[in-house]
Amino acid sequence: MSDTAKTAFLHGGLLALLFALQFVLPAYHHGNLARIMVLASFAIGFNVMFGYTGLLSLGHALFFAAGMYGMGLSVQILGFSPAPALIAGLIAGLVVAALVGALALRTVGVAFMIVTLMFAQAGYLTVLYFGSYTRGDEGFVIQQAQRMLWGIDLSDPANRYFAAFALFAVCLLTTLALVRSPFGKVLIAIRENEDRARMLGYDVFKYKLAAVIVSGTISAAAGAAYGLLFGYVGATFASVQYSIFPLLWVLLGGAGTVLGPFIGTLFMFYLIDLSSGITTAYMLIAGVVLVLLTLFAPQGLAGELRKRVWRGLP
Amino acid sequence: MTLLSTRGLTKQYAGLHAVEDVDFDLPQGQVRALIGPNGAGKTTFVGMLCGRIAPTRGTVIFDGKDISTLPAHKRIALGMAYTFQITSVFANLGVAENVALAARRRLQGAAVQDAVADALAQVGLGDRIDQTAGDLSYGHQRLLEIAMGLVQKPRLLILDEPTQGLAESEVAAFKTLIRALSDTTTILLIEHNMSVVMETADVITVLNFGRVLAEGAPSDIHADAAVQAAYLGTG
Amino acid sequence: MDFGPYLMLASLEGAVTAAVLALTAVGLSLVFGVMRVVNVAHGEFFMLGAVLAWWMTSLIGGHPALGFAVALIVVPVLVGLLAAAADVTILKRIAYDPERTIVATIGILYILQQVTLMTYGPDARPVEPPFNTRLALPWVEFSDGRPQLYWPWGLSTTSYKLGVIAAASVVLIGVWIVMARTRIGLVMRATQMDRDMALAFGIPVEKVYGLVFGLGAGLAAMAAVLIVPIQQAHYLMGGDPLLLSFIVVIIGGLGSLPGTVVAAILIGLSDGIISVFFSPTLAKILATLLVALVLVFRPQGLFGVRRA
Repeated sequence: MSDTAKTAFLHGGLLALLFALQFVLPAYHHGNLARIMVLASFAIGFNVMFGYTGLLSLGHALFFAAGMYGMGLSVQILGFSPAPALIAGLIAGLVVAALVGALALRTVGVAFMIVTLMFAQAGYLTVLYFGSYTRGDEGFVIQQAQRMLWGIDLSDPANRYFAAFALFAVCLLTTLALVRSPFGKVLIAIRENEDRARMLGYDVFKYKLAAVIVSGTISAAAGAAYGLLFGYVGATFASVQYSIFPLLWVLLGGAGTVLGPFIGTLFMFYLIDLSSGITTAYMLIAGVVLVLLTLFAPQGLAGELRKRVWRGLP
Repeated sequence: MTLLSTRGLTKQYAGLHAVEDVDFDLPQGQVRALIGPNGAGKTTFVGMLCGRIAPTRGTVIFDGKDISTLPAHKRIALGMAYTFQITSVFANLGVAENVALAARRRLQGAAVQDAVADALAQVGLGDRIDQTAGDLSYGHQRLLEIAMGLVQKPRLLILDEPTQGLAESEVAAFKTLIRALSDTTTILLIEHNMSVVMETADVITVLNFGRVLAEGAPSDIHADAAVQAAYLGTG
Repeated sequence: MDFGPYLMLASLEGAVTAAVLALTAVGLSLVFGVMRVVNVAHGEFFMLGAVLAWWMTSLIGGHPALGFAVALIVVPVLVGLLAAAADVTILKRIAYDPERTIVATIGILYILQQVTLMTYGPDARPVEPPFNTRLALPWVEFSDGRPQLYWPWGLSTTSYKLGVIAAASVVLIGVWIVMARTRIGLVMRATQMDRDMALAFGIPVEKVYGLVFGLGAGLAAMAAVLIVPIQQAHYLMGGDPLLLSFIVVIIGGLGSLPGTVVAAILIGLSDGIISVFFSPTLAKILATLLVALVLVFRPQGLFGVRRA
């Protein structure tokens, strides 16, 4: 089987499986999987920067929240209907990503991580500061009546699952196409050896900025969809924790693989879901997994798969 | 016609002159060797030519245009290619992908694959096209670097110590390659291996303590007493 | 209260913040300076110091000064040992790779914080100060063209707050003496300047790293023991000191101890004074943006000198 056929089989297979699962899963897991697919889309966005371009952002909650609040506030305050509200969320994410990228990309390595962390923290505090609009930590609910997209009620579990699936499929296929394109290959080259890529004549800054914008916009799409599908917008989603989550998911699943973000999100979601039944200190699991991953499996699950089974895994 | 020239090109590190007031002219079509003892400023000098190192002062003119302030990637886009002294291939990527990355700046689609195969065949790596670059031997990685330079079809090819670490037979093949290229490409060669320099260069420039010590045909340089004292030792 | 006395009160409160912040930030700066890694779990070592101080004082009983004195000495050592253990078991094994170290210390952050939540619980608990006399402060007023001293209502501090400032100053001077005047300080500075050269000269770099990481955490813990009689111990209290230490270390110039202390005093004082005029949230927004922009446009810090 050729690489292209294998790739199509693997990723198409996952999408077919996820599509089919909605008809058999019990309600609880059905709802979970919808949530996981949206969060995995967030992780996919993070992976474009971290996994493929080698840029470790500690502030991706900013982009997720930009999408979520761009959507939520335009519904809440401007009275937008879902379709233009989603677009508003996307644009908010795109603009924030372009600004943050243009500034933060002047730094490298650890400084880049801290700058993104600080921008995200400033974003979180801004949400709190304008509490009269955002309702701060408490957040606000998007009513069922405001969640009708082209006559489809997105608060209905079946519709919600399908919408989450559609978002995930688009994000997955977009990154798959991206990393197989010449553009994506330049990003990988920058990750591997930035100086060499520059001396092949590539404008490294421009490529990195494009990666930040693509990554931020996908993350914003996930944020906007999350708010719309689950009917709630709150400051938690802008907090440091939501910058750490995508890092955790992608590291666990395998940075720089197309399937990794989904695998990592799936595992982590259920780990935390199960442990939060036992203790309120469920973030302990996240901490332990982070330490174990850095120590023993920096490639993550899909990374191990690539190392042992198929080197051509995209 | 002069393809590349510098005027007063200088680089100081903390008051130390790594390169000092170098005036340099490279005519189109020439194979020029740049030699000199270790620490003479050769790599700093070519670093300033292709934009990796910002000069303290002086100008670089390429194809009649002042490129002194252009960033590296724009100079490469004008038709320079640079191969690294310390092997700097994309170790985790395939051999073909390494060369393809260099080729895709000027080519698209199927043409890329043909150009990649050609360049790899030229340096004798045609049978290694499916390997991962990091798995190649050191000498083969050097050849891959050269292939990445060739595939860009540059107007000026800058090779920084290309034969370092190559086996005897590979050095011989390299000489043949340079002679074949010299019809179409201007080449600037930093080289320690004197047999390569003597057999391939049209003109040799000798740097010592950051300054041009001598310049001339290989036979003249070989006979030059000052050069012998500074660099060739007893010759 | 008039504006003058009010400002003086704010400055005094700011001086306490600055003293504690300087200790915490010097710990972070030391780790960054010598080891070239960013310890994101630094705030949790601070939190651990406060929680352990509560535990120790409630265990010992008797006069509050007794338990507090024991805590002030024992807690930083305990936290330092714990940090050194984390260094040896985790950071050493990932070879102090800067990016992986950040990820690993994020993991350590959650482990420490959540284990505290599971054992100590979600409540905030006070520690009784060892001494706490209220000191009224005078202010000068001009009446009939002559200056006159008077004691405005509400303008006061406590002997304990002054004690915190004094103790922090003593410890900082101690750190400076160790770094500048002792053999172990010389070894640390040598490691900071050139790790490979230090190795070549037979300096046991890995032991130095363990020591520095422990010392950095110990300083944070000591700062927390000092502040806990004023602030209460809580499992989420590590966030603010981490953020403020980041700000201080970055503005002071990464890895520079004098710069860190100057920045801590500046930030501590202005934090007290700014929050008189602005909402604390707005002050924090401006501070975080300042850090980001300093890193982008002046990576050597506001007071640092650009290296060639």
